[in-house]
Formats: sequence, structure tokens, C-alpha cells
Amino acid sequence: MTRALLQLHDVSRSFGGLKVNSEVSFTLAEGDRVALIGPNGAGKTTLVNVITGDLSPSEGRITFDGHDITRLSIPARVRAGLVRSFQITRLFTGLTVAENVALAVMQRKGLTWRMFAGATFTSGVREEWRQVLDLLGIGHLAGRPVTELAYGQQRLVDLAIGLALNPKVLILDEPAAGVPHDEAPKILDAIARLPAEIAVLMIEHDMDLVFKFAKRVLVLAGGRLIFEGDAASVTADDNVRRAYLGSYADGRRRA
Amino acid sequence: MVRQVVVPLVVIGGLGGVGYLLFPDDLAFLTRLISITLLVLSLDLVVGYCGIATLGHAALYGVSAYVAGNVCLIGRSDPLTLLAVGALAGAVVGLVSGAIVARFRGLPQLVLSIAIGQLVGALSNKLSSLTGGSDGLSGITPGRVFGVFSFDMFGRTGYAFSLAVLAVVFVLLSRLVASPFGLICRGIRDDNLRARMIGAAVYPRLIAMYGISGAVAGIGGALTAINTGVVGLDSVSFERSAEGLVMLVLGGAGSLWGALFGAIIFQVFEHLVSAANPFHWMTLVGLLLIAIVLFAPRGLGPAATALWRRARGGER
Repeated sequence: MTRALLQLHDVSRSFGGLKVNSEVSFTLAEGDRVALIGPNGAGKTTLVNVITGDLSPSEGRITFDGHDITRLSIPARVRAGLVRSFQITRLFTGLTVAENVALAVMQRKGLTWRMFAGATFTSGVREEWRQVLDLLGIGHLAGRPVTELAYGQQRLVDLAIGLALNPKVLILDEPAAGVPHDEAPKILDAIARLPAEIAVLMIEHDMDLVFKFAKRVLVLAGGRLIFEGDAASVTADDNVRRAYLGSYADGRRRA
Repeated sequence: MVRQVVVPLVVIGGLGGVGYLLFPDDLAFLTRLISITLLVLSLDLVVGYCGIATLGHAALYGVSAYVAGNVCLIGRSDPLTLLAVGALAGAVVGLVSGAIVARFRGLPQLVLSIAIGQLVGALSNKLSSLTGGSDGLSGITPGRVFGVFSFDMFGRTGYAFSLAVLAVVFVLLSRLVASPFGLICRGIRDDNLRARMIGAAVYPRLIAMYGISGAVAGIGGALTAINTGVVGLDSVSFERSAEGLVMLVLGGAGSLWGALFGAIIFQVFEHLVSAANPFHWMTLVGLLLIAIVLFAPRGLGPAATALWRRARGGER
């Protein structure tokens, strides 16, 4: 039995009268590879924001590694090991690739109150950011300002920052979104090489990617979790079909 | 080590020498320039390195000048003590205004910073027993530096003392902005949410940087009290805050060199132009600023770097 890391207990989130997430419950355990899918507007990003602490849930509880984190601040959750990437890359745009990743390493090690040490080349820190960059195959970009990189490379830096934080749970919000087709395999490849013990939750539209990556699939529609099961059976499920076809048919009618 | 210590010392020493040769009869102007340069460096720490918008930074500078002046008047006149007192006063005002200002972002933040500046300005006018009101606080006579060098009427001691202080502060700040703490502040400036998403508590760091910035502004304020012997309401004025920001943007925020050269270029230009044309100098300063914003919107520092790169690229 693997250790349960992230658990949602009947989590709901409303904006005014609009319930965007209703009574969502699931568990992520050590080493999990789970995909969260659902039609546009299903509430996926809201759910991620609730999990990471950007939004607080209207109802329900979230536990992480046995502790209730429902009211914990964003930084506190990250320090506990709950890490995310963003749908649209967010990097420290004034810094180099190495500095972006080194910052994550130093933050994890509690060094960022140091005012009179050198920054990126402190022993221990340097080895760690180099190792992460090499793992993702972008070691040669270390000294470049992140704004000079192609978008696909920026996505990898985003991933590198996440990895440098030594996550227990890593949430990837559409990691291949906006990446040119020929660069997407590099990102998939990087995800495939993530350390096995990390639990990964990927939000994704691209079903090919989902099938390649996920052992388990969660389907969110209308804010509710309507399916949880292995990747092979998801397409055969009636509820899932209806949810996707429904939104497709709605779109046609509106058009 | 070389970049953070040797280069600043050589450059500031060199600039000091050039200044002495260019304006041998006007050392009072140069010492004033150095004092304001410290204000601009201080401003760079919060504006350039943390991305905080402020138009009330003179509060930190002016209060420290008043405090240092008063401490001198009650008999503690050792210049180094006065600097320390100024730094401490500036740090306290910095921590308090940081705690208020860093809670907000964007326009509310800017308006709050102006409000703090105006509040301090109004108080300085009202509390005339401490500040001399609109007459200013006068009669400040600092003792000898290290008990040896007295402040002479030509301002040589004052100039050398100020230059040394600037050099030391600049070296310390070079170290600070290259530290992990400096790096996380730049990260917060670039993307606040991203910084929290790597586990950094943003607010305490911004307050801390504000406190350090206050100490630097306070040293500048104490220097003006020591060198001129007078502290007036102009040192807490809105104009002082705004001018400081203009100098910073001119040189390029987010780099200590940008702050240094912005402050020097602006003040030397102002000094020369106002002497040459006492009636229209403000117009000319305005034109200079418009030209710089048009042709080098990120400031002279980044523009110079870009030119240098292009020139080197051309050679290859």
C-alpha cells in the first residue's frame, strides 16, 4: 500500500451563486500518475487553484501528508511539498535560467534571508540546479536570460523550478499548452523522467498525451467529478461521453 | 569579489577625483550630490529591486536628517555617530512605511506612499520645536571625523567623508543585491505569485528590504545635516521624492550603477544648465527627460549596455 499524499474531502468552491467545484473528493498517493481531464469550463483550473491555496474552498477539507492544509498559505503548502506549474508559463523574467532554478533551490534550503552570501554559486546550490537542468536537457541554457528562450524551453524551465523544490506532489497545468508540435515530445520526455516517487497530477486536453502518461484518469464536468478509473476504460464510460458530447453539441447549437 | 568591491571603489574614487578637478570651488554642490545619490540608491532598492512604486521616499531621508540634526544639537556631534543615528532612524521609518505600502500594489500603493510623504511633510512643518518649521533646523555643527579632521569652510573634509561613505555603502549594496536575499527580491518584483509558489513569504521580505532602503536613505539624510549644518522642509518634500525617482528612471532602475549614474548625470546637468541659464533651466531639464524617455525608455544604463553589445557585435 503506497502512502496517500494529497486528499480532497468534498471540496466545493463557489463564486457568488455559481458553484464551480462541487463536492470533489480524490486521493493522490506516492508515485501516482493521474490525469485530470474535462471539457472547457469544467472547473479544472479553479480546482488546482483551490488545491495550491490561491483560492480557499467554500466547503470541504484538503489534507496533505496527513495534515490538514485547508487554511494554509501558498508558501507554506509549497514548503510542505505541494508544487505546481502554470498553464501559461510564469518565470522570473528578469533573471537567467540558472538564477530561476537556483532561487527555487535556495528557497527550499531556507537560504533566501542571507544578505551577504553569493547567490547562485554557493556550494550545494550550484550542484543542485545544474543537476535539475541536466535532467531536463537544458543545462546548456543556464546562463541565458529566460526571456531569450523559445516557449518550449521556457516550459522546461518552469518544470525545472518545480523539480528543484523537491516536490512530493507535482501538479502540471497543461504542460504542453502553447508549445510548438516539434517541441512537445521534449516536454513529454521530461515528464516521463520525473522521479518515480513523486505523485504527479496533470491537467490536460490532449488525449494522446493523457494515454501516454496517466495510469489513472479523473474526469471533471460541470464542477463535479464524474469519473475516476484507469485510462483504458475512460472512453467507454457513458457519463464521460455524455459530458464531452454534451459540451460539443452545446457549442454547435450556440454557433 | 572584484566586481562587487574593487570596481565600485575604483569607479567611485575616480569619479570623486574628476568631480574635484571639475568643480574645485563648488565642493558644497558635490557633497549635496552625494547625499542625494544615496537617496536614489535607496530608492532603487525598493523600486528597482522589489518593484514597489513610491513617491514618498523623501520621508525616510528627511526624518533621518532631522533626527541626526537634533542629536547633534543635544551634544552628540561625532559624525560617525550621527550617520549611525541617521541610518537607524531611516530604517525605522522604512520598516513602518514598508509595512503599510507593501500590503498593496499598483496605484493604491503609489497613492499610499504619497500620503505617507505628505504626512511626514506636514508633521515636519507643525513640529517646529524639533524641526525649526519653515525656517529649518540650523546650527548643526558636527565634530571632527575620527576626532582628527574638522569640517572646514571649503568643504574638503565634508567631500572626502561623503565620498568615502558613498563608496562603502555602494560596496555593501553590491553585495546585498547579489545575495540570495537580493535575488528573491528581484524574483518577487518579476512575479509575486511565482515567488509565493516557490515557497517564499513575500511580505516580510519586502518590509526587510524597505528597512534596509530606509537605512541607506537615512545615511544620505544624516550626511546632508552634517555637511550643510541645516535641515529644511525641502528634505521631506514631495519634490525631493519625485526628483529622486526621475533620477533613478533616467539611469535605469534595477541596477545600482543605473542609480549612481542617473543621480550624477541629472544633478550635474541641472547644476550646469541652471548656472548657464537661470531662467529656462527647468525647461531644458524637462526636454532632457523627454528625450531620454523617448530614446532610452528603460534608462541610460540599459541603453548603454545595448549600444556596447551592438558595437561589439559589429566588430566580429
